[in-house]
Amino acid sequence: MPAKAGDRQRQNQNGPPGGRAAQPRLYGASTKKRDEDTSTEVGEGVDEWPSSKTVVKPPDQLDLTEAELKEEFTRVLTANNPHAPQNIVRYSFKERAYKPISYVDQIAIHFSLNGNMILRDSDEGRRQSLRLSNASEKAPSETSAVVSEEAEIKDEKSTEDVQAAEEEEAEGTETAEAAEAAEAEEPPPPKVKEKKLPNQFNFIERSSRTLDNPLRERASQSEPTPCKNFSANANQWEIYDAYMKELQKMEKSKEKEKPKAQIGKKVEKKRGRKLISLESQGDDITKISNAAKIMERMVNQNIFDDIAQDFKYFEDASDEYRDQKGTLLPLWKFQYDKTKRLAVTAISWNPKYKDLFAVGYGSYDFMKQSQGMLVLYTMKNPSFPEYVFSSESGIMCLDIHNDHPHLMAVGFYDGNVAIYNLKKAASQPSYKSSAKSGKHTDPVWQVKWQKDDMDNNLNFFSVSSDGRIVSWTLVKNELVHTDVIKLSAEGTTMQGPEGLQLQTVGCGTSFDFHKKIDYLFLVGTEEGKIYKCSKCYSSQFLDVFEAHHMAVDSVSWNPYHLKIFISCSSDWTVKIWDHTIKTPMFIYDLNAAVGDVAWSPYSSTVFAAVTTDGKEKKGQEVKKGPEVEIAKLDKLLILVREPDGRAQGQEDKALL
Amino acid sequence: MAETEETLKRIQAHKGVVATMVVNAEGIPIRTTLDNSTTVHYAGLLHQLTMKARSTVRDIDPQNDLTFLRIRSKKHEIMVAPDKEYLLIVIQNPSE
Repeated sequence: MPAKAGDRQRQNQNGPPGGRAAQPRLYGASTKKRDEDTSTEVGEGVDEWPSSKTVVKPPDQLDLTEAELKEEFTRVLTANNPHAPQNIVRYSFKERAYKPISYVDQIAIHFSLNGNMILRDSDEGRRQSLRLSNASEKAPSETSAVVSEEAEIKDEKSTEDVQAAEEEEAEGTETAEAAEAAEAEEPPPPKVKEKKLPNQFNFIERSSRTLDNPLRERASQSEPTPCKNFSANANQWEIYDAYMKELQKMEKSKEKEKPKAQIGKKVEKKRGRKLISLESQGDDITKISNAAKIMERMVNQNIFDDIAQDFKYFEDASDEYRDQKGTLLPLWKFQYDKTKRLAVTAISWNPKYKDLFAVGYGSYDFMKQSQGMLVLYTMKNPSFPEYVFSSESGIMCLDIHNDHPHLMAVGFYDGNVAIYNLKKAASQPSYKSSAKSGKHTDPVWQVKWQKDDMDNNLNFFSVSSDGRIVSWTLVKNELVHTDVIKLSAEGTTMQGPEGLQLQTVGCGTSFDFHKKIDYLFLVGTEEGKIYKCSKCYSSQFLDVFEAHHMAVDSVSWNPYHLKIFISCSSDWTVKIWDHTIKTPMFIYDLNAAVGDVAWSPYSSTVFAAVTTDGKEKKGQEVKKGPEVEIAKLDKLLILVREPDGRAQGQEDKALL
Repeated sequence: MAETEETLKRIQAHKGVVATMVVNAEGIPIRTTLDNSTTVHYAGLLHQLTMKARSTVRDIDPQNDLTFLRIRSKKHEIMVAPDKEYLLIVIQNPSE
């Protein structure tokens, strides 16, 4: 009915555009409907119909003339969209111009509604139907309905993305409910294993975890290693010391490796060990002995400081004004308690250590013979001797070996000779002659070291009043003597009681060996003769000099003039000889018995002589001049500094 | 042993010697002729000085070694003789 009303209105209100054209059709439609209506209501209404068709004119209707009313307007019905633009122009980049588009889309959408119907045969549809059927089978009872409802709810919940799917499911659920309701009445169908369809919307997170072992803490602590603080300096010398220690260790190990065939060494070592152990048991003070020695010397140096200065730098200007007399300055006095009452019999410098000199104590007195002493002093320590050796018999002479400055040959009053070794601490001589080994029968007046013989054995000569000149050789730790020569006084053979030819023997008092000619030596005797001998001839002399009237106390070769020698005697004279000439070249009369004479080591023309009146004189010999100057004393320096064996025997007990 | 004792006695008896003491390697006095406190004083100081002097000498040339140390002052002279394990110290008035 409303359609009718609408049509009428359109019919009346539509103006000229297309109004009339449309009218007949619409009119036709409406009439059909009216016909139907009226046919049902009243059959007689056909005539009434035209009467009801009175034209109602609205007040604002256009008044048109009859001609205008009859005008026909044609109206075409096309499928074009009246709203669509008819001339769209697009810019074409190809032609660089605006070009009209030939075809314009004419579709007009009047109404759109998204539907949620799925095709039953599509995948999604099939899936859903399956699900629904499964759900219904699962739950025949009420619980099943609940489950299904839950499943539905789940399903509903799980779908979030697609609305269509939801709506479909809703529809699906509706159908499922109906099916389920039907099925619930039926006996529950046999259960079919539910196959869970995996889909991306339906998953359960499942995680599992292994058992965690409960943690337990168990601690243990080891003992801390003992720590010790150590600090040291690494100096140059510490490093050096370490290296030296290593070296020594290596050397020791090497020695141990050597075959121990030498038993002697072992024994010595044992002895050595014993000695060492004894020492260590003693007081600690022994270890300081070295330091004490040095200290003593230092203390002495302080005390005797001015003397030491004099020793070095003494210069007396007044010497120039005295013609024949110089000044002799006594420097030190060396004395030792135990040598009181003993006379100095021998004195000698050590050839190697210039400050060390040896003194032999004995006695010249025939009646009073007591013990002797060998004492070594050093100038560095004027107050106390360095070494002291005592002996039973008085020492008459001594000599220090040139090459082995620790060996000293000593001649005794009783005719023995001995060798002292300074390196060994013993107070007894290392080697001593005895009556068996051919000692002299009279005091030994002089001993002198010789060069080592061909077997490299040490040997020395000794001269004694018994007229023998003996060569002692140290062979295998023993003194072996060899008579070199026997001094026989010439022409003094006497007839003994039973026809024996007694040969009186001269008494040798001194001798000296030539510096260059090894075998040549001079011997002075008590008779005043000087014999020139050779080591090779044991029975004959090379020459005899009638030198003095009394005993010859000393002979000495000139160190520079190889032919010259000097001799002194108790007959107050000092004589200088040329060994090729029988008579002396120079004679010096000193008004007193001359004890000893010696050449100066630095000059060939200077010598010193000592007389028994306690005066020491130095003589200068002028070779070719007729005059002889006696006792021009030079400085004391010479005397003190002379390293040669300058023996000055004095009757004094002290030593100056 | 007796020799060393004698030597020490002689040193003590010398003219001008004021005091003598023996100090061990750690600076502890072993033997002395002074009173304790002074000795300890001297010993400690001189020990250090000697070590320093020895170190100096050896540092320059390791084959060298200190043999003697002398300190001269206005009043005395202190002399130190070092040994392997000990120090011998003597104080002397050099000129009187």
